[in-house]
Amino acid sequence: MEYFIELFLGGLTRGSIYALIALGYTMVYGIIELINFAHGEIYMIGAFTALIVASVLTLLGFNELSILVIASLCAVIWAASYGFTIEKLAYKPLRKAPRLSALISAIGMSIFLQNYVLLAQTSDFLPFPALMPEFGFLEPYAHIMSSAEVIIVLTTALVMAALTFLIKFTRLGKAMRATAQDRDMALLSGVNVNRVISFTFIIGSATAAIGGVLIASHIGMINFYIGFIAGIKAFTAAVLGGIGSVPGAVLGGMVLGWTESFATGYVSSDYEDVFAFTLLVLILIFRPEGILGRSTTQKV
Amino acid sequence: MLKLIDVNTYYGKIQALKGIDIEVGEGEIICLIGANGAGKTTTLMSISGIVPPRRGEIFFTGRPIHEMEPDAIVAMGISQVPEGRRIFPFLTVAENLDMGAFLRNDKSEIKTDLEYIFDLFPVLAERRHQAGGTLSGGEQQMLAISRALMARPRLLLLDEPSLGLAPMMVRRIFDTIEKINTENKTTIFLVEQNANLALKIANRGYVMENGRITITDSAASLLANEDVKKAYLGI
Repeated sequence: MEYFIELFLGGLTRGSIYALIALGYTMVYGIIELINFAHGEIYMIGAFTALIVASVLTLLGFNELSILVIASLCAVIWAASYGFTIEKLAYKPLRKAPRLSALISAIGMSIFLQNYVLLAQTSDFLPFPALMPEFGFLEPYAHIMSSAEVIIVLTTALVMAALTFLIKFTRLGKAMRATAQDRDMALLSGVNVNRVISFTFIIGSATAAIGGVLIASHIGMINFYIGFIAGIKAFTAAVLGGIGSVPGAVLGGMVLGWTESFATGYVSSDYEDVFAFTLLVLILIFRPEGILGRSTTQKV
Repeated sequence: MLKLIDVNTYYGKIQALKGIDIEVGEGEIICLIGANGAGKTTTLMSISGIVPPRRGEIFFTGRPIHEMEPDAIVAMGISQVPEGRRIFPFLTVAENLDMGAFLRNDKSEIKTDLEYIFDLFPVLAERRHQAGGTLSGGEQQMLAISRALMARPRLLLLDEPSLGLAPMMVRRIFDTIEKINTENKTTIFLVEQNANLALKIANRGYVMENGRITITDSAASLLANEDVKKAYLGI
């Protein structure tokens, strides 16, 4: 039983990270129907930014908690500005072009960013400092769930709550939902759709950066390629939950995290991806719109 | 109030509007009639800035609006009820109405307008927490008109408000349009295939064919015009 709980909590941690990244995919898809393949790279750039800032601050002798806060903040801001710029440069000019053009542009952006970081940094794995504090009272349970994992899950829950509030109750959130449902009608209602799209990229990139900092600090190393793998997994989570649906991204992330965790624990870690992607194939066959996705039929 | 001068609009290489001139005076109800594909909807979309004209000019209260963004045009006081109603299907009725007032900040005035609309269409008040997509066709048309009114427009553009509605409902919608015009002094530019009904409430009308305005006259003379009768009134 204890083993089961351990796997369950491990899956929850993984799932949280997938969910944080999946949000960016699902929100962007919801608004402009584009799979933003460069999104994984935003996560990677967030992690690199945090590493650079943390290294500098450590040299300057800052204490651990302030390093975590400042490094995360810098990562979020820098990643958000990347997200904003990518949309303006690579997607906005193609908004009226066939959808395939924007998709190819996204893949190009992804490859470009990976190679840019590869050249600017290095192809080796770099050690990432453990920025997250250890809670003394959690020590007896450390074999089940570490402090870092608790922080990851709580941070994710907090981000989700804030995002739900934003989408449900703010003016911007309402504009985002309206734009996702009918862009021309949103324009006719006076919504500045370009601004809504920019905000969507900024928010999605910021949550991905948070995920990047958390997981890098937890695992302890990063390289230019981590975005690709995490991106594919998070994209799977978004599709599982129903792409375009925000609660779906969270649920999809969790389901994927648990699948991997239990597959690793009860079968073998070699089979973790096999189970994850088998699940994806099954969902696509039996429920192509995803767990919480809406079928596209609407009453007109 | 609204003036279109030699407006030419294209979809890619296809020219939908071939130099049209239209004038709408303050407080008038003007209707634009024509067959399917004549360019009526494109005319409205050009005015609203969704498909901006490639050549020509559009003036609203003396200011050029043909190069403005759609949200700036809404802010000028032009609202549109597009063809097919275009209700946000997953927003509630109340949220759909909020979207109409998107550019307004005067909370108490918005509340007054909301009460006016619930008075006009009590069924919308009953269903305010229901998703827009679950309403019937007639209710959706009421909601679409109400949403546009929530912007307090000076000029209301209506695209085929009678489309797909039962005759009773059509009568009700047209009564409401007249009421909005007389009570709120809102200028109305109406696009309709149901020419008979539209011309009965309009002051003047334009007839459109293949992207051009072919006839313009007072509504009464259009109703009496033999060509119009044959082509659009089915008499």
